[in-house]
Amino acid sequence: MNKVLTIAPSPHIIQGDSVNKIMFRVIFALLPALAWSFLAFGLPAVYLTLVSILTCVLAEWLIQKYMLKTEPSVKDGSAILTGVLLAMNLPAGIPLWMVVIGALVSIGIGKMAFGGLGQNLFNPALVGRVFLLISFPVPMTSWPNVTQTGVDAVTEATPLGLLKEGLKSGTPLSELTSTLPDHANLFFGNISGSMGEISALLLLLGFLYLLIRKVISWHIPITVLGTIFLFTGILWLVKPDQYIDPLFHILTGGAMLGALFMATDMVTSPMTKKGQVLYAAGIGIITVCIRIWGAYPEGISFAILIMNAFTPLINNYIKPKRFGEKQHGKA
Amino acid sequence: MLKTFKKGGVHPPENKRSADKSIEALPQPDIATILVAQHIGAPSKILVSKGETIRVGQLIAQSSGFVSTNIHSSVSGKVARIDTVSDVSGYKKEAVIIQVAGDEWLDTIDRSDELITESILDARAITDKILEAGIVGLGGATFPTHVKLMPPPGMKAEVLIINGVECEPFLTSDHRLMLEKGEEILVGTRLLMKALGVKRAVIGIENNKSDAIRNFRILGAKYPGIEVCALRVKYPQGGEKQLIKAVTGREVPSGALPVAVGAVVNNVGTVFAVYEAVMKNKPLIERIVTVTGNSLSKPSNFKVRIGSPVRQLIDAAGGLPDDTARVISGGPMMGKALPSVDVPVSKGTSGILVLSEKEGHRKAVKNCIRCGRCVGVCPMGLEPYLLMTLSEKRLWEKAEAEKVMDCIECGSCSFTCPSNRPLLDHIRLGKLSVGNLIRSRK
Repeated sequence: MNKVLTIAPSPHIIQGDSVNKIMFRVIFALLPALAWSFLAFGLPAVYLTLVSILTCVLAEWLIQKYMLKTEPSVKDGSAILTGVLLAMNLPAGIPLWMVVIGALVSIGIGKMAFGGLGQNLFNPALVGRVFLLISFPVPMTSWPNVTQTGVDAVTEATPLGLLKEGLKSGTPLSELTSTLPDHANLFFGNISGSMGEISALLLLLGFLYLLIRKVISWHIPITVLGTIFLFTGILWLVKPDQYIDPLFHILTGGAMLGALFMATDMVTSPMTKKGQVLYAAGIGIITVCIRIWGAYPEGISFAILIMNAFTPLINNYIKPKRFGEKQHGKA
Repeated sequence: MLKTFKKGGVHPPENKRSADKSIEALPQPDIATILVAQHIGAPSKILVSKGETIRVGQLIAQSSGFVSTNIHSSVSGKVARIDTVSDVSGYKKEAVIIQVAGDEWLDTIDRSDELITESILDARAITDKILEAGIVGLGGATFPTHVKLMPPPGMKAEVLIINGVECEPFLTSDHRLMLEKGEEILVGTRLLMKALGVKRAVIGIENNKSDAIRNFRILGAKYPGIEVCALRVKYPQGGEKQLIKAVTGREVPSGALPVAVGAVVNNVGTVFAVYEAVMKNKPLIERIVTVTGNSLSKPSNFKVRIGSPVRQLIDAAGGLPDDTARVISGGPMMGKALPSVDVPVSKGTSGILVLSEKEGHRKAVKNCIRCGRCVGVCPMGLEPYLLMTLSEKRLWEKAEAEKVMDCIECGSCSFTCPSNRPLLDHIRLGKLSVGNLIRSRK
């Protein structure tokens, strides 16, 4: 029994969770909503998703292998996740070459330029999406109708787009609401929009799974949605003839997808729970400001990217409460 | 709702394989290696020389300062030599090596199992007895117990907390002791209460040891002032600061002693040693050691003479399995990996844990994905990811400002990291450098 023993500092056991497991759990959580978009938009949605994932993975592999000359780490699943999230943030009818550009920007500029996994300041999928939105505004805002399939389908504005255009043209809100989908259709996903943002129900289902598996905590999603609800709720109560109800706001556009799956990206959100609440409240407020007073009908992508930029600052100033920091009075 | 500490914590698999194994007395070793630095503080001064005949319980090294203590022989025989040997950390330390012959105890030691409950000694005399008997914290920290009983001027203990948490996975020595020597522990607690001049003592036990909780609730009725506090299972609840927080709700300020919030904490093993020292006149020469591991054939709890080689304990528990990668002194979260199985058991050896290649293998380190789990699990409210970075970049002043010295090295951060980052390794380096920096200012 004169074995050579390993000497290493404690702890000698680990929990056994890994980056791969976290990434694949998030991808798994997105599957119901993704499947619904395949059903709703048909084959173009499938092609779009495949192209997005493949481009992301290939871009990361090539950059790591030939530009950075490091061991490719595509097996960790983070590039696949970026591909899925980018696809879910695009309208189903967009030409595939644009998807390729978006994916290249996501991985190349959004992630690898900063140093790869964990180093990026901004959510890579949103960097790609916003790049496409600014570069190709028309295809990026032409949404095929859910009930029709194929690229030839009639395009239709999103509920938020309808609302914005209507209000701009001076149509009273009471008239507009009759043309907008009702809450049930919003909740179950019978609306037009980007691929992954149409069904609030299925996104919530995925979120529930992530909560149970303790991949993410409630702090960011609930605060983002809560802030949007509260802010638009106050406006609605003050001027119900001018502002639409808060439930409409959290069920439409990218609010659900953004709050549950984009704002919660670990890399680009703050480390402490307190910091996360502050960050999420910022996202909620900026989203509402853009939706109501900005040029775009939807603003959560911009809101998340703006708050991503504040994350290092939040990490620097919002510290966890240290043990024994405040002298406790004797009980 | 059971009490626990609020901030952070993790739930490693308990693996208490030896929980139902009664304490077995292990025979004396053939050769005992008794280190003279088995405690925190100054090493003791050796009183014996080569060739001298020694009896069990005889003083062989004397306390050399306030924070130091006495060392006694755990065996009888002849001093073979005085030499330097590897201790659990792999450092060479001075030791008295005794060739065992017979089992001749000092006549003053009461070796019977009879329970003695009454003592006429006053506070000062009890403390002196504890110093004389060489008692140190047996939970693993090995801080001399008599020092804890003499708070600095101006500070007064209000409550004595007995640590029966045993939150480390695998270890069961305290659990068994609470079941088998419950009444002795209660008498020991009364003695410590007298020494400290406190009216209240609380025994903190996690509720995965409900039999021990029940045992104390029944026995405790005869001992006024002693309460049992059942705690929700969470690591590192056995940490001194965490236990005080869980039991009293008070937080020991950064850098302060527990007595600053009126608390003094002692481990159940220590309390049993206090009972034996005061009531039986027996110095600290034996301790309970859990020998365990998932591939070990006979996980056991042994009563071991201090100075026995670890090899003897493992052999008695079924021998070293073929797939062994690490042998740990202590538990898997905070224990030390032994350089060899020939090191001797010392006062701080609470367990010997054998880990296989699979269990004890470190995984490849990946990039930090900033998930914040290390921040969430840190029981001290620190930011391990940040401390690691500051340590890597050698920014010691910043690390000090971020309270690196508050780290209790519980390992929750490294345990939970999904990227397998060696957070605690770097934080330890940071503590070392910041500690030197602080000392250099004085």
